Parts: sequence; C-alpha cells; structure tokens
Amino acid sequence: MSGQTITEKILAKHAGLKAVSPGELINAKIDIALGNDITAPIAIREFRKAGAKKVFNRDKVVLVPDHFTPNKDIKSAEQCKILREFAAEHKLTHFYDGGEVGVEHALLPEKGVVVPGDLVIGADSHTCTYGALGAFSTGVGSTDLAAVMITGELWFKVPETMKFVFSGKLGKWVSGKDLILHVIGEIGVDGALYRAMEFCGTAIEKLSIESRMALCNMAIEAGAKSGIIAPDAITRAYVEGRAERPFKCYASDKDAVYCDARDYDCSKIEPKVAFPHLPENTKNISEVGNIPIDQVVIGSCTNGRLEDLAIAAKLLKGKKTAKHTRLIIIPATPLIYAQAMKKGWFDIFLKAGAIISPPTCGPCLGGHMGILAAGERALATTNRNFVGRMGDPKSEVYLANPAVAAATAIKGRIAHPDEVA
Amino acid sequence: MRLKGRAWKFGADVDTDRIIPARYLNTSDPVELAKHCMEDEDAGFAGKAAHGDMIVADKNFGCGSSREHAPIAIKAVGVSCVIAKSFARIFYRNSFNMGLPILESAEAVDAIDNADVVEVDMDSGEIYNVTKDARFKAKPIPPFMQELVNAGGLIESIKKKGLVR
Ligand code: SF4
Repeated sequence: MSGQTITEKILAKHAGLKAVSPGELINAKIDIALGNDITAPIAIREFRKAGAKKVFNRDKVVLVPDHFTPNKDIKSAEQCKILREFAAEHKLTHFYDGGEVGVEHALLPEKGVVVPGDLVIGADSHTCTYGALGAFSTGVGSTDLAAVMITGELWFKVPETMKFVFSGKLGKWVSGKDLILHVIGEIGVDGALYRAMEFCGTAIEKLSIESRMALCNMAIEAGAKSGIIAPDAITRAYVEGRAERPFKCYASDKDAVYCDARDYDCSKIEPKVAFPHLPENTKNISEVGNIPIDQVVIGSCTNGRLEDLAIAAKLLKGKKTAKHTRLIIIPATPLIYAQAMKKGWFDIFLKAGAIISPPTCGPCLGGHMGILAAGERALATTNRNFVGRMGDPKSEVYLANPAVAAATAIKGRIAHPDEVA
Repeated sequence: MRLKGRAWKFGADVDTDRIIPARYLNTSDPVELAKHCMEDEDAGFAGKAAHGDMIVADKNFGCGSSREHAPIAIKAVGVSCVIAKSFARIFYRNSFNMGLPILESAEAVDAIDNADVVEVDMDSGEIYNVTKDARFKAKPIPPFMQELVNAGGLIESIKKKGLVR
C-alpha cells in the first residue's frame, strides 16, 4: 500500500479507519463546527425543524456573529439574536458577542479553539484557513452545519491532493497572499476544484503563521475543498500556550500519492494584484499601470492580522493618505486591535487619515462599514473581487497584500511599496 | 421526477455573490431572497423567470461563498433545476442537502441556447432540448447523493437513521 497524505491521515483518523483513498465516501467525527450570523440562522432553523433538542457537544459548536456586526440594521440584529438565544439555550462554550467578536477565521486559531490535527467544518467558505495549523478544515453549507450540530458527524468524499512546493527566498514585499494569488492566477478559480491543496517546501517552512493563514485562506478561491500545511516548529510556537485541547501533528508520507505537483521559485514571485472580477485575474505589481483608487481596505480573515497591520504601520508612518482615497483599517480580532493600539500604530493610522473600524467582516462582503458607490474602485487585502462584492455592481475591487494596500492609500493609485518605503 | 421549462443561459464562474448579493443576506427568508436572485447578473430575473424555468450555465457555477441562500433563492424563485458544465464544491453539496436538482453536462450546456425549452428526467439523467430536438445524458449522480435526494435531503436522511436526539 502506498503512503498517505496529511489530509488522508486526518480524515482516516476521524472516520475510525486505518487509511482512506481519494474518492472514498466516509462519515467522520467533527472536532469543531462553526457558524456565523449569516449561515447559522438557517442551520438553527433546520436544527429545530428536525426536532433536535440538544447539540452533540456544547464545546464543539462555535458561533461567531462577525459579518453584519455591530448590527448594521434591524434585520441583521434579528439574525444575531437567533445566535445569541441559541448559544444561551445550549450553553455553548464558544460564543463571541459584543466586544469579544472577531473575524471568525482569525479568532478561532488565536483563541486556541482549533488545533493541529483537527477536523473542522464551518458554514463559511473560508473555513479552509485552519489548514495553516495542520488541521483539515473545510467550508460547508448551513444544512451540513445543522446535521453536525445534531450528530457530531458528517459525510465527506476524500479529496485528491495537489502539491505546491515553494522554494527560494521571498522578495521584500512578498507574503503568503502573493503566493496564493500567484497560484490562482496560474491554475484558475476552479483549478483545484474538489481537491485538497498541500503547501510545502523550504519557503513554506520559513513562512510566518500569519502568512500561512493568508495562503490557506484563499484555497477556496481556486475551488479547493481545503488547503493544508504540515505543522512544524513555527506552528507549535504559535499553538502552544493557546491550544484548548491536546493536539496531534500529522505529516504526509514520503510515498504519498498526489494528483498533481507544482514547483515555484519564490524569488521570481512579485507582489500580485488581482483585477476585477475574479481572483484569477492576477498581474505583477510592476505591470499594473496607473489605476486610481477611491478606497483601500486593510482587514479581513485573509490579511487583518498583526503582521499585516505591522507592515501597514511601517509604510504609513509619517505619511498621509491621498486626498481622494479613503483608507479603512480593520483589525481582525479584539486582541489584534488592542495589540496594534498598544504598539502606537493607531496614532500612525489616524495621523495618516485612516479610519479604524472595530473587528468585523464589514466591507469585505459588501456588508457595511465602507460600501462602494457605482463607478468606485477599491483595493483590498480581502479575498474576493466578484461583481458587487464590496457594494454597487458597477464598483470594482482589486486584491493585494497589505504593503501594496498601504502604498496605494498613500499614492491614491495602485502603487509598489518601494515607492513609499 | 420530470422537469420542464425555459432555459436562462449564464456564463462561466457565476459566483454566489451574483446569485444572491451579500447585501441581502441580513435575512434568510426564502421569499425575500428570491426577489433578488441573480440580480447583479440579470436585473429583473426574479420577475421574468417562470415557475419551472432552468438555469443553464458554463463551468464552476456557484463558486465563492458557502451561503445556502444561493440555492435557496434559486429554488424559491421557481427555478426547477440548474444544468452546468461543472459546479463549485460547496454549492454542489448544498444543492443536494437542501433538495435543488442540479445536473452536469458540458455537451448539453453548449447545445442549449437562451429561451430554449428543456425537459429533464432526474431519474435517468436525460436532458432533452425540446426546441432543438436534441438529447443529452448528464453525468450520473453518485449513488450516495442519490440516496440523499431520495431521503428528501440531509436532515431527513439523519432523521430516518434515528440520529436526532
Ligand atoms: S472577512 Fe470576508 S471572507 Fe472572511 S469571513 Fe468575513 S466576509 Fe468572509
């Protein structure tokens, strides 16, 4: 028998099997099941409709109302209320409300709620982020979430795995975000459809945990079921001290089978910009040309972490945003918010003319806190630039890393970080 | 199950934001969601689509977010099924879980024009373009998914297995 990939090992373990192979249908036990203020109300409705009385485990059902919070209108307040009441009724351990809310995929790793070796499902497509910790995590729908809240289990088709090997030294302004944009630009928005993406190589081994999260976060933008990086010393340093539970580190066998393998020399990868209206429309920053920008957003589950704000603070220090450009900075969690403030970055941001938002998904999905009018153009550190993603269907979103975003806010057009550093 | 309706043709990579824009996601009421179905792709679609009509789309239909509001809106607007060259993974899963019929066939999609009348036999997977008198076979639905459909969706299937406590 041939070896197993990290993904196959985690799935096999949770299905109570010795090994699994791609295409196999399995029923697996879930460690963490996540819902938010958009998807959980439907799951709760299904849960009640099914006549269920109890969640399978109150420690393992996690609710984070992060999308339209602080409640932007009456309807969204009602959605959040459904979560609040359900959390109270079932005494959920992990319900984050008010000043405890952060963007779910930044919050859960930070709090140690998800740990290496976990099998996590979330009724949110960017649940794939936790692959950065060496967990198998995937986005599902609300009905799936309801089924897991009731039974603690879910069916999966074991995915084939594509291997992405990164070597070489990353350029000065290049981060995990650029690596994944580079890959999506190459394979397209359905290039990894139904598959797991495994990221490895000497460059990944040096990548910060935050950059790894940005990388795995956008696996879904290539259509993938999951993205994953085998845990190492960097993972352990991050997880130890915060993990709520004991964790297990898996790694792919040397003779594991992949359906595709690709190699990248990171020294050849420039900061990337994804043009409207698909994440696959990527260009190198040097090929962008003159594109004026009305609004810059630094935040989201992709790039709203401390490392991202640090780069923004470094570039914005002593500078001002362009007159016609609004800069919105959204620390992804209350802890990141507090840390950024303590480091004095809020002073830098405010002096630069930025707006600092409380932790929320906000404009990332065109929810609130910075919606675009027709004809307006934004550059964001988020993960999707679909038609109307950030507001009017006639607005545009460009995606890039936080360094490009900060430089763009200063210049008022898409800019290379070198121009302002 | 036999379905019949007019085809509404769409391109590749229709994402869930186009199926139901996030600005309407502050509710999960199917009637409300249906009003805005495909709005950013074809404003007024909700008023034009007749009961039983079908969405026929190129590859990767339903990519993007996990929002079940997308198949819910499509179902609630009266669309009887979606035929595409391929589906994004979560949309595919959601459709089976909540009972929206979907079929994959690249040949059928290429041979169906906007407003053609189409008949679908969900049991055999046959797609019949009535307007052009052409027949196609959809990619067979895996037996496990067929079981889900027969049970009436995921929740009904776990109920039948006696897993609801
Ligand atoms: S930050 Fe954006 S992509 Fe991430 S969970 Fe929120 S809405 Fe989704």
